[in-house]
Amino acid sequence: MKSFFYNKLLGGKQGAIGLLVLALVILVVFPLTLDLFRLNLVGKYLTYAFVAVGLVLLWGYGGILSLGQGIFFGLGGYCMAMFLKLEASSPENTSIQSTPGIPDFMDWNQLTHLPWFWKPFESFGFTLIAILVIPTVFAFIVGYAMFKRRVGGVYFAIITQAIALILTVLIVGQQGYTGGINGITDLRTLHGWDIREDSAKYTLYFVNAFLLLGCVMLGRYVLTSKFGRLLLAMRDKEDRVRFSGYDVSTFKIFVFCLAAVISAIGGAMFTLQVGFMSPSFVGIVPSIEMVIFAAVGGRMSLIGAVYGTLLVNFGKTLFSESFPALWLFLIGGLFIAVVMFFPNGLAGIYAKYSQQLAACVKSGRGCARSLVEKLRSLRPGSRTGAGSQAGESL
Amino acid sequence: MNLKHTAGLLRHAKRSLLILSLCTLGVGAAQAGPPTAQVNTTGLAVTDDTVKVGILHSLTGTMAISETGAQEAEKLAIEQINNMGGILGRKIQIIQEDGASDWPTFAEKSRKLLVNDKVAAVFGCWTSASRKAALPVFEKENGLLYYPTFYEGLEQSHNVIYTGQEATQQILAGLDWVAREKGAKTFYLIGSDYIWPRTSMKIARKHIENVLKGKVVGEEYKPLGNTSFGSVINKIRLKKPDVIYAAVVGGSNVAWFKQLKAAGITGKKQTLLTISVTEDEVLGIGGENLKGFYSVMKYFESLDNENNKAFVKAFKAKWGADSVIGDVTQAAYLGPWLWKAAVERAGSFDVDKVVAESEKGDIELSTAPEGYVKLHANHHLWSKTRVARWGDDGQATVVFESGLIEPNPFPKGYQ
Repeated sequence: MKSFFYNKLLGGKQGAIGLLVLALVILVVFPLTLDLFRLNLVGKYLTYAFVAVGLVLLWGYGGILSLGQGIFFGLGGYCMAMFLKLEASSPENTSIQSTPGIPDFMDWNQLTHLPWFWKPFESFGFTLIAILVIPTVFAFIVGYAMFKRRVGGVYFAIITQAIALILTVLIVGQQGYTGGINGITDLRTLHGWDIREDSAKYTLYFVNAFLLLGCVMLGRYVLTSKFGRLLLAMRDKEDRVRFSGYDVSTFKIFVFCLAAVISAIGGAMFTLQVGFMSPSFVGIVPSIEMVIFAAVGGRMSLIGAVYGTLLVNFGKTLFSESFPALWLFLIGGLFIAVVMFFPNGLAGIYAKYSQQLAACVKSGRGCARSLVEKLRSLRPGSRTGAGSQAGESL
Repeated sequence: MNLKHTAGLLRHAKRSLLILSLCTLGVGAAQAGPPTAQVNTTGLAVTDDTVKVGILHSLTGTMAISETGAQEAEKLAIEQINNMGGILGRKIQIIQEDGASDWPTFAEKSRKLLVNDKVAAVFGCWTSASRKAALPVFEKENGLLYYPTFYEGLEQSHNVIYTGQEATQQILAGLDWVAREKGAKTFYLIGSDYIWPRTSMKIARKHIENVLKGKVVGEEYKPLGNTSFGSVINKIRLKKPDVIYAAVVGGSNVAWFKQLKAAGITGKKQTLLTISVTEDEVLGIGGENLKGFYSVMKYFESLDNENNKAFVKAFKAKWGADSVIGDVTQAAYLGPWLWKAAVERAGSFDVDKVVAESEKGDIELSTAPEGYVKLHANHHLWSKTRVARWGDDGQATVVFESGLIEPNPFPKGYQ
């Protein structure tokens, strides 16, 4: 059991250290050093990291580039938002409307009763299940339709992008049912617990952080299993795996569903922490941005994806606060620099320099030892020869 | 005796000097404003000689072209206020943030301005979506937002002052005018597909059917950013409405008016009334495509009054002779002035006190470029509505001006 935990979930010594450092950073360092406003921002960024972690599995290992992960982030987020919105739209809160008791945007759009598909979201249990199941089912349908027909590569990327666009148009167009381009705003309480309070923000931050670490461990588990090897094999030579008797499409559907459900958890946590959901998280631009997060972090590294997300978003916030008119160019510059000079992202940089560092540390220890010896030999009486030796080793 | 007298005189002189210097000190203190502890009891970013405010508009992204004018006007107003000595003896410092045409960013930056920077007021937002995203933050942190855009109404927050027109103010007078002057009976409604055009059209339809006893022969919505209006234009040709009533926004406008012109529907033969085209949009559309059509707004750059002449001159001096001034730009310019008036009457920067003064419903600006405006207890402005006809040069000539219209964000009978 212990070795299962150690080897599979943490990924051995190297992985355990990485995970521990990540846990330290997001569970200890950030809460201690950042004020609540910044911590809440980090919490928001970490919800994007869910999508990036999913993309590492899907794209980094599976070789399937999806430019529509915002779909699943959005589905998870909208499910949570629907529940919270219904709770915020009690008849007392909405007495100013022509039909009290329904969400405000429905009232503006002349709806007089709650649509049928909103009704189940009055139950929290149903909502939690929906957050996990709806994106999975949706991913299954899309995945089944495409992978069974051996649609892959750039075509898959384009189709996912198209679906993201279709979903955005649908949400914006059906504003009476979805809140349209404004999204679902002004969310207040979860079972009477005010999610806008400071204490709630701390709690949500930690729940979010633990869930993210859990997803990273889940990803580790999947990748260290036989399935992970198959994923890599499929990425590098799909036909060979197929000829070996494996049903490639089923594996692809599975990893697509897995990435979807991880993204959806991120979306739901986003809604809870930010207090609203809008179609601007579903469309093409956020979906591509999330691919960039994974790319900057290193698409072969689950932990790197988290750091990549944090780095890019820190950059965004910092640049946009300091240079309101120039910041997009700076972000663009950052992307170009990363792609040009560090194609394996942050994880690549780490891997490269950690070896050098380790080598240096080792040799450094050697240096130090020999230096101490040399110093000892510098005692009066043994002066001859010592100088030349020290010079050599330096 | 003599000596004594001299000494007495000297003492007297000393005393009066003392009094004099005390007086100057007093005057000095009055100029520096009341003590900070008195004008700021809620921990806002107010010092003895400065007060911080936020400006939050999109400087990047699709909305930047529309929002630039608004933030320029706000900066101009703040500069003018500072040149007059500031507010309560304090100079206004601006903290500018970019909303990046992205609604969540508006919420994030609002929180940053209110929680981290503790600004006393924020001038910002443009689209309804950005306001809706930022609104919960302002209500939670008890901030104060001056929102400049004409919008759909159906909202009245403790924490927002709306300096643009709400829908009924903008719509009813214009429809009355077109029915009276052009004898219009049939209307074709077209708008972009989101909350503002839909709400506006709902109000317009009720007014046309119930009050003007006219007929709506078509109602159509196109997605934001849509550029093909061929099918709508064909329907319009078929129905031959007396009036096309349009609320197409942003970049779509360029395609909409060019395609109308290409289809031979021009201001010569067809009456078209739009509630979404200001001087800013005309820059993109081109005056020649719009010639003869009408816009309904509360402000046009061409308004002929002393306030406006001074405003246009100052604006162009600061932001370039090529810059144009649209309705929202002027409404944004009112924000800092309305805030100044309310703060000075409250004698405090505290949001609740400023709002309380604003809600008394008698804050007036007789220096507004659009003419006289008054703040209503419901956080909106009393204002006039104008119908103006566009010319080749991208400027409009006012053909009708209403009286002051009471703002009514929750119109009964129009919902």
